[in-house]
Amino acid sequence: MAVKVDFLRETEYFSGLSPAALNAIVKLVFEKRVDRGEIFVLEEGTDDVLYIIASGAAKVFKTSAEGKEQILSIARPGDSINDVAVFDGGPNLVAAQAMSPVVLYGLSRSNLEIMLRDYPQVANNVIRVLAKRVRYLVSLVEDLSFKHVIGRIAKILLQYAGSGADGGQRLTQQDMAAMAGTVREVVGRSLKVLEEEKAIKLDHHRIIITDEEALKRIIEEPS
Amino acid sequence: MIDVPVIDPEKCNGCGLCVEVCQHDVLLLVGEIVTVNTANDCDWCTNCEIVCAEGALTCPFEIVIS
Repeated sequence: MAVKVDFLRETEYFSGLSPAALNAIVKLVFEKRVDRGEIFVLEEGTDDVLYIIASGAAKVFKTSAEGKEQILSIARPGDSINDVAVFDGGPNLVAAQAMSPVVLYGLSRSNLEIMLRDYPQVANNVIRVLAKRVRYLVSLVEDLSFKHVIGRIAKILLQYAGSGADGGQRLTQQDMAAMAGTVREVVGRSLKVLEEEKAIKLDHHRIIITDEEALKRIIEEPS
Repeated sequence: MIDVPVIDPEKCNGCGLCVEVCQHDVLLLVGEIVTVNTANDCDWCTNCEIVCAEGALTCPFEIVIS
């Protein structure tokens, strides 16, 4: 299947370009299809390829030495992945895994350099994309570094818990993120940590508080 | 008891991303609006909620003390 010009025109990387420029650029883009679950960008890999999601969704994440995963973002159609490694020539900063069958539009570093040279509008767009990414990541760093988010999540769980009979308050992870002043990605990780510490158990659509005292101790911990 | 994702049809733009990420075919598009196929069991992975940019689909957790 050919790379679609109409789709590229709507992406942040290629908005504002003339039809002639887009027709030239599309020849420098290749299509790649990946299956659900496939990791198509490896952390520390050296692919030198930037991907734009054409259809489907992917999670962008980092994994610690202990195997803990931190989701950094969810990439949807139009979003780019692996920008930094392509521009600075270093290894991939993050990994990306398909959450569904995904169609990707790939841009090699050498072809991106041609685009930046021949079409200054692309350079302007790239600056905007990277600035937006930095803004988001700084906010995530702030959450992960300075806020005692786990304690706040523990407090929310206790506040909104009901007994098994009357059922508790129903909250989405987004609700909890808004209450704790953080983002959904941090809530997901916090719940995993609380489960590892056996304070809660995630059971389908239920969060079961298995150790109330442990949650209270976590709330008391200094940030 | 909630055991399927909650859909707000007013917010759904029919993009179908939630249908694509659902591994259990719990979701389908009917007339460009996401709908739950109750014949299949949802495992509450919340991926549909994560990918929905419109907030049309939510997977609320019931919080209980054991």
